Amino acid sequence: MSTQSATSKAAPLDAVLLFVTTGLLAFGALLATALSDDRLFRFQGWMFLGAFVIALLVMTVAITSGRLRSPENAYADGVVRAGVIATMFWAIVGLLAGVVIAAQLSWPAVFYFPEHGWLNFGRLRPLHTSGVVFAFGGNALIATSFYVVQRTCRARLAGGVWPWFVFWGYQLFIVLAATGYLAGITQSREYAEPEWVVDLWLTAVWVAYLFIFLGTLWKRKEPHIYVANWFYLAFIVTIALLHIVNNLAVPINGLSSRSVSLFAGVQDALIQWWYGHNAVGFLLTAGFLAMMYYFVPKRAERPVYSYRLSIVHFWSLIFIYIWAGPHHLHYTALPQWAQTLGMTFSIMLWMPSWGGMINGLMTLSGAWDKLRTDPVIRMMAVSIAFYGMSTFEGPLMSIREVNSLSHYTDWTIGHVHSGALGWVGFISFGAMYCLVPWLWKKEKLYSNRLAEWHFWIATLGILLYICAMWVSGVMEGLMWREYTPQGFLANSFVETVAAKHIENVIRTIGGLMYLSGAVIMSYNLWRTVRMPSSAPSAQSLTAPAPALIAAE
Amino acid sequence: MSELTYETVARFAQQGGLIYFSAIFACGVAYALWPRNRAAFKRLASLPLQDHEAPDVEA
Repeated sequence: MSTQSATSKAAPLDAVLLFVTTGLLAFGALLATALSDDRLFRFQGWMFLGAFVIALLVMTVAITSGRLRSPENAYADGVVRAGVIATMFWAIVGLLAGVVIAAQLSWPAVFYFPEHGWLNFGRLRPLHTSGVVFAFGGNALIATSFYVVQRTCRARLAGGVWPWFVFWGYQLFIVLAATGYLAGITQSREYAEPEWVVDLWLTAVWVAYLFIFLGTLWKRKEPHIYVANWFYLAFIVTIALLHIVNNLAVPINGLSSRSVSLFAGVQDALIQWWYGHNAVGFLLTAGFLAMMYYFVPKRAERPVYSYRLSIVHFWSLIFIYIWAGPHHLHYTALPQWAQTLGMTFSIMLWMPSWGGMINGLMTLSGAWDKLRTDPVIRMMAVSIAFYGMSTFEGPLMSIREVNSLSHYTDWTIGHVHSGALGWVGFISFGAMYCLVPWLWKKEKLYSNRLAEWHFWIATLGILLYICAMWVSGVMEGLMWREYTPQGFLANSFVETVAAKHIENVIRTIGGLMYLSGAVIMSYNLWRTVRMPSSAPSAQSLTAPAPALIAAE
Repeated sequence: MSELTYETVARFAQQGGLIYFSAIFACGVAYALWPRNRAAFKRLASLPLQDHEAPDVEA
């Protein structure tokens, strides 16, 4: 809440509105917690109540001391700074959870805790997936979208203090979801595990996010809406739609933590994978493409290679992605035509994906030398290469015959991680490396050498991870379909698990390396923030700064 | 023919979908290639490179 106080004395309307809303929510949380006899519901009720009471206290202090003002002549960067910190915090938490569960798979005799059920794989696995996708990725998207939409619209964020509601509300969602998983609150829908109460809370936060984004676009001073904002908007709108439809459920009663899905059978499965695949398409792809279209040109100091291509990229990507979900349900009760439809649209996605990859990489034309000198540019270039690689692999795996080998195996895990670690992780790290010196007004990063270490450790970690998963995935798939001459299955399931022990160990090492890179990065960013401030207008970061290249 | 069977719905969805998607795609490409937009897109390609220390309050 770094906004400086203005001269007027009355508390601003947006702050009062937020204060009253929080008060009502606190009252509702108290009532629901008091009336419920469901232990898990009360557990989450107390967390809601605690968060609302803390928020009320903080807001009381902030309003009476004249803060919470939103001067139109300055960007709202406090909430972006908070988002950068949250992004790095959740990156470490989510990656650490991943390393722990990888170790559990590698050495079950050591890391299996029969007396602590909440620490076992089934509880920690959604903590890892939600931790990296929604906590790390989500915070990176919210923070960068708030930064980019202001700069490309030349307008302050709309909604006064409400961006803070989005920020803290989203953190509350993460904490509720994560502790809920450990406590055993789950509706067992992959990447949509939180139960109805937390789902409703996320809906409220997300609608506020949408209105803030739309409001900022509405008051823009730049006549055009820059392409990155189109991608962000598609991400926000589609995630709202997916989240609401996939979580349509009837609570057992209004004071219970449990609910029952509105859909059943194969319809339920289709809705879930329509959601699941578009969480990949619109959160993990469209949102991060928005990052690419802002931070790559900005950092390389080159214009977007082809703005026309970016328009075709956008419209074809969003219209095709939404149909690809059924490829998760090959050889199931889903009608074959629907499986084929999902597969066909997945293959069509090659075009926009590679168009986008080419557009991102070619933006570096004229600045290729920076790949050698600037580890941040290199990180973003590698992320775009991983985007191209995993969007090549994905359509391949969506083909029914390939899927018959790859599905349920580690190949899928490897594919997801080449996209998540390579593309999503690296483009976010690149954006954070850019944002910290810009937001805290520093000349450059504390250490380019540490960024180099991060880049190489993390890149090697990814390669170890995905190569191990390719090998174990294909091996597993082949072992599952191996028959004896008499026509019996040759391998029991547990034999296929034992066979991939060494790959599991390599995967754990790869993940640990990636986590180490993120720890090095956090230290580097922390030291950058603590450096003495530079001259006020410092925006250029590349160390030798050849300022001679024309910007056209 | 006027009866709402699976076949009629499927045919409508398939053929309508084909026309709908082709039209949308054609519109997108036409917008991207329209000669009049050339100057604006050229400027927009460099939009991230412009530095604005503060929002545009007037204008």
